Amino acid sequence: MVVYSVYVVNKAGGLVYQYDNYSPRTDVEKTFSHPLDLVLKVYDERVVVSFGQRDGIKVGYAVLSINGIDVNGKYMSDNRDVLEYLNTSFNYPLAIRFGRPRLTSNEKLMLASMFHSLFAIGSQLSPEPGSSGIEMLETDAFKLHCFQTLTGIKFIVLADPRQAGIDSLLRKIYEIYSDFALKNPFYSLEMPIRCDLFEQNLKVALEIAEKAGTFGAGS
Amino acid sequence: MSRQSRRRSEKQQIDWHLPSTSSTGSAYHMGTELFILTYGTLVAQLCEDCEKDEDINKVLDKMGHNIGTRLVEDFLARSNITQCRNSYETAEVIAKVAFKMYLGVTPRVTFWNQAGDDCSLFLEKNPLRGYVEIPEKHSNLLYSNMICGILRGALKMVRLQVDIQLLHDSVNDDKVTEIRMKLMRRHKAVRTVEKEQKHPVGT
Repeated sequence: MVVYSVYVVNKAGGLVYQYDNYSPRTDVEKTFSHPLDLVLKVYDERVVVSFGQRDGIKVGYAVLSINGIDVNGKYMSDNRDVLEYLNTSFNYPLAIRFGRPRLTSNEKLMLASMFHSLFAIGSQLSPEPGSSGIEMLETDAFKLHCFQTLTGIKFIVLADPRQAGIDSLLRKIYEIYSDFALKNPFYSLEMPIRCDLFEQNLKVALEIAEKAGTFGAGS
Repeated sequence: MSRQSRRRSEKQQIDWHLPSTSSTGSAYHMGTELFILTYGTLVAQLCEDCEKDEDINKVLDKMGHNIGTRLVEDFLARSNITQCRNSYETAEVIAKVAFKMYLGVTPRVTFWNQAGDDCSLFLEKNPLRGYVEIPEKHSNLLYSNMICGILRGALKMVRLQVDIQLLHDSVNDDKVTEIRMKLMRRHKAVRTVEKEQKHPVGT
């Protein structure tokens, strides 16, 4: 029973806040020696396993970190090319962490704007006049809940499909936003939220929702 | 009986256990004296800074506007109000819920015009004016003009453009504040920011 992420989108469709709550269980870290028996290639600005699936490392997994230092797309943190580094036998043995590629913040921005547009299309598709936009998007792995306030701000929560109480969680996040983001005079409206108090209280609210949710569904 | 207690509905009460610094967690009330004094000091400082009463009124309105744009979210989050269908409902919600929540008083909504978009809010007891006497040299000062700014800013965030004026501000021992509110235009559903900026929106 988990809430995976929270997104806050402003009136114009720009992503104002994003929080990820899930700990990916697909990460695998192993020590390797030269030559690497996995075939790697660059795909979509990331270094990805294309052949040689083994030991829990699947095709499509990206290189997330080398020797504990996070990799930045296809370059390492000191701007050396990852593939070149991995082809030099001098650098071995090394520990490489593979996992499902994470969304970069640019991708999240794009997805939030796309959702903003789809939300508006949702209300236009409606056969009845005055319909709201998309309130829930359901897949087999997660449910996306969206709450739009009367002022046009959207709060989006991605959660486990069985998680209950998301409606009250969305209202709660709205209250936390009106408290810790808006009542902070140094926060400008419609801009990215960089308030620590907002994040802390949001985490607390997510924890409470997760605990309460286990009582709601299926008992 | 135990079976009934185990069956929980979707809309269950969640105990949020927020820290006492959050205004949701502990329903604390600030003393009105502090609020009246703060507002009074603010107006007094403005009287020193500005020469003319009109400038003071403008600054109060602008400050109120900034407050209103933020306060409206707090209001909507706490009061669970759904969208109002017409201007009567809007005025009722403002008078009965918003004023009650923030100032503790409920103004009367009267003097609707024919078209139904112009009304007056009468505040019998204005909490801001509790202990205040405005001297002669500031006869044009609209002491409670911040309230007008707040209403204007708040309604702007829900896409309603209004023309709000403070008419009577407790002069001549009437102790009644009258706010005239005219709903001018309703913005259509906002698709993009660019479209909204094509309409001349008041600052």
